[in-house]
Amino acid sequence: MRRLLFVAPLVIFGVLAGYFAVQLGDDPSIVPSALIDRPMPGIDTPPLLTDKPGVKTEELIGEVSVLNVWASWCIPCRAEHPLINQLAQRDGITVHGLNYKDKRADAVAWLDELGDPYARIGFDESGRAGIDLGVYGVPETYIIGPDGHIRYKRVGPITPQILEDDILPLIRDLKS
Amino acid sequence: MRMLALCALLFGALAVWGGPAGPALAVQPDEVLDDPALESRARDISKELRCLVCQNQSIDDSNAELARDLRVLVRERLVAGDSNKEVFAFVTDRYGDYVLLRPPVNAETLVLWGGPFVLFGIAAVSVALWMRGRSRRNALMAEAAGATGLSDAEEARLAALMGDDRDMKEKRP
Repeated sequence: MRRLLFVAPLVIFGVLAGYFAVQLGDDPSIVPSALIDRPMPGIDTPPLLTDKPGVKTEELIGEVSVLNVWASWCIPCRAEHPLINQLAQRDGITVHGLNYKDKRADAVAWLDELGDPYARIGFDESGRAGIDLGVYGVPETYIIGPDGHIRYKRVGPITPQILEDDILPLIRDLKS
Repeated sequence: MRMLALCALLFGALAVWGGPAGPALAVQPDEVLDDPALESRARDISKELRCLVCQNQSIDDSNAELARDLRVLVRERLVAGDSNKEVFAFVTDRYGDYVLLRPPVNAETLVLWGGPFVLFGIAAVSVALWMRGRSRRNALMAEAAGATGLSDAEEARLAALMGDDRDMKEKRP
């Protein structure tokens, strides 16, 4: 009993230190999404371009889709864009874009310069559709299952490692 | 006298000027609702919602774009007739409980809310045990002392020592 009393502080310290050490590796700016494994909120955004439809939630149901939220004013979006282009070129992967709080002319010029990998592009000028999705820092990338549930969310630019380790395996899983 | 007048004048000027204004408000005039009751509810709600861009500010304090959008949204929901609870639900449905600056009590936050009480309980029990142990030790020692006792000579010496001490204390100013 006495020995237990002396050991207790050490044990409590160990547990706390372990817990904090694990938390140290986490990025505190990443907020867990409230929408993982929940149906994608109903959004209906007008098209950015005349020859491509906008993004409407109901129309994404039935296949695995990737939704990339971007803006021409967003520097990390520019950095990740080649990866989005690559992803869209892969067989059987559909990538949609949501242009967030942008000016139409700027967004179009951005796509002309960097390439347009998107099947649909919604123009969310007010950012209201972004709020419905829980967007708080562009770029954000969502993977939506065929059932219309959001299965993955990445806040910040995707990297080759994230693409290989998280995004592609998940898409494979959702397709099978 | 002249100095006093000058001071009074300076203070008067300060009072008229109003002194330095309070911290700049993030809420822009064009966001403010006409109905003061709704506006005050909107302000109260905004103070409880975390700005996700600058995390340790409420949307009421933050100048971030997203904070502004959320402030406008809160006001829209209120104008549409939502209760405060419904507005909070609307925002947490999209951004999760994390946007609430005051975390709700639920299974996930039980440690956060219950932890201090548990720690206090442990401390109280420890102190109680320690005090009980001490009084038992004291009783044992008293008993042991009673059993051995002090010899008469020792008693006298002790009394003398205590007496000296008392004398010294009395002599001290």
